[in-house]
Amino acid sequence: MSEVSASRKNRELAQKALEKKPALGEDIDLSAYSSTAEEHRYQSDPARLPSKEKDNMLKVGVSLDDRSQRAGTFVQIDRSVVHTSASQDGVEVMSVTKALETYSWLEDYWWRAVSVDTDKFTARAELDLDNGYFIRSLPGAKVVYPVQACLYIAHKNLAQKVHNIIIAEEDSELHIITGCATRPMHASGLHIGISEFYIKRGAKLTFTMIHNWAPEVAVRPRSGAIIEENGVFLSNYVSMKPVRSLQMYPVARCAGEKAIVRFNSVLVAPPGSNLDTGSRVLLDAKGARAEIVARTITTGGAITARGHIAGSAPDVKGHLECRGLILSDKGVIHAIPELKGNLAGVDLSHEAAVGKIAEEEVEYLMARGLTRNEATAMIVRGFLRVDIEGLPPELAAELEHAIELSEKDLF
Amino acid sequence: MLQIQGLRVETGGKEILHGVDLFIGAGETHALFGPNGSGKTTLLMAIMGFPRYKITGGRIIFRGQDITRASLDERARLGIGMSFQRPPVLRGVRTKDMVSACLGGREDGEVVARMSERLNMGDLLEREINYGFSGGEIKRSELLQLLAQGPDLSLLDEPESGVDLVNIALIGEMINELLEKDLKRNRKRSGLIITHTGHILDYVNAGKGYVLLNGRITCERDAHECLDSIKKRGYEGCVECLK
Repeated sequence: MSEVSASRKNRELAQKALEKKPALGEDIDLSAYSSTAEEHRYQSDPARLPSKEKDNMLKVGVSLDDRSQRAGTFVQIDRSVVHTSASQDGVEVMSVTKALETYSWLEDYWWRAVSVDTDKFTARAELDLDNGYFIRSLPGAKVVYPVQACLYIAHKNLAQKVHNIIIAEEDSELHIITGCATRPMHASGLHIGISEFYIKRGAKLTFTMIHNWAPEVAVRPRSGAIIEENGVFLSNYVSMKPVRSLQMYPVARCAGEKAIVRFNSVLVAPPGSNLDTGSRVLLDAKGARAEIVARTITTGGAITARGHIAGSAPDVKGHLECRGLILSDKGVIHAIPELKGNLAGVDLSHEAAVGKIAEEEVEYLMARGLTRNEATAMIVRGFLRVDIEGLPPELAAELEHAIELSEKDLF
Repeated sequence: MLQIQGLRVETGGKEILHGVDLFIGAGETHALFGPNGSGKTTLLMAIMGFPRYKITGGRIIFRGQDITRASLDERARLGIGMSFQRPPVLRGVRTKDMVSACLGGREDGEVVARMSERLNMGDLLEREINYGFSGGEIKRSELLQLLAQGPDLSLLDEPESGVDLVNIALIGEMINELLEKDLKRNRKRSGLIITHTGHILDYVNAGKGYVLLNGRITCERDAHECLDSIKKRGYEGCVECLK
């Protein structure tokens, strides 16, 4: 399907980058994965999808039986888009290939926030695209309920390659919940997800992504966001289930004055999981602000938690916070916070703490009658509690629910 | 309620208590005096069962049961509670979460709500426990948790320290509620209060008082007399008392 999307230049760049190793994380042999999968039939009513798949999707916040609390829905299984719909004025939801056919101007957004030749993953997504979603809120539209999108791998050993474009037009407000999951399986799979976010002047976008992969799946998201004047971008990310290898480092660029970015992530690495994730914000315009908060837990896996804020304009402010809990002797958390300021007027700070649960905290709760296990669970629950300013209650509830579901597996 | 016999306790490899005897009957409240470093907090921590306070000799009997070897949480569930001087901050855990944990599944939500209203808890219930709390807020939060827990024996470590004169009455009222002081008869709840200044005794009626000096109880008499004697003759004067 890539022929509809690629300009010649992008193709050329991608060709050259096909063997380009990723800057971070383990290299992956793409030839080990399959590029084909059986077609899945389009469903005008997504409730007709098999209930087993629907259950898996529900766990990542995608509700197909009851869509009354959603402004739109997108579902892709393997390479096939099986449902798209929008139920509120001012919001558009479609497959990205259809959007490229519909809007010629979309070419201007294609690979603008993420470079096509970043590495072999972006290159492959350009040359052999499966599909992806296009979600847009029209100027001034306030989309009350979240739009939900699900990217699902059902085919064993598939390399799923998607390219998503999200646009919040001027003064609009849009909430998106994206759930990624696999059919529970023991075989391997690879997900390559390009996401480009454009937050126009005065617009607000909240993006909540819940990942629920399988122990043998590798995941390589490549995301970028450009935020214009007075725009707000809130990104929340949750991954608490085993995943063999995940590496991502989304970059948000505050291009307009007083743009605001906030990244929140909650990561759990069970044994056998290797997570290398972070968020980067470039404060390129006067008065822009950024906050990056990461909470990480290892129960035996490895986590590299990166964070980078660069301030290059007057009156910018950024804060980075990384807290890590080690709940097993075998786990590793490596926090790498970075700050870069090249102007006198920037105000950047960070705090990072990694360690086990303080015995004093456990004893405090035990003195109230809780057993050691109950006390530990309560402290971990508190640690994972996400109080995200500006998150609509429906999304906050979904997030809390996703965390609660996974919490049970921690002990 | 509580009987302590020849209790020896060490912490950090050093013996702090060198054989302490104590008896608190059901419904009684006793006060514990003594200079800094005399072992008052150690005694409370050892009764509560903190592992860092190692019992090397003697026995603790609670309601007829030998709990010398019982763990911290077992003692809490048997009915011993404690208010902390400097409790830790638990990030993400709200005061109200602590209160429900103290209730341990009992449906006493209404009682707690009423209590917290009377105690001017305000937004304290929604805040992360002990995070940025003032001294007075810590005291109120600690006592609210104890009220929810409802222990038969309350161990209170300097409940009045850091509390201003206006709020000390409120703290006193909470302790009286905790120790069922309104009941003239059949009172079951007992308490052991550490106090430096004795101010709290203006609000909470205590029976017996003890002076702990260098890890030994050197005086045992009426709490108010004990306090008067300390004021007049200092702690050292109390050494004569038991002779």
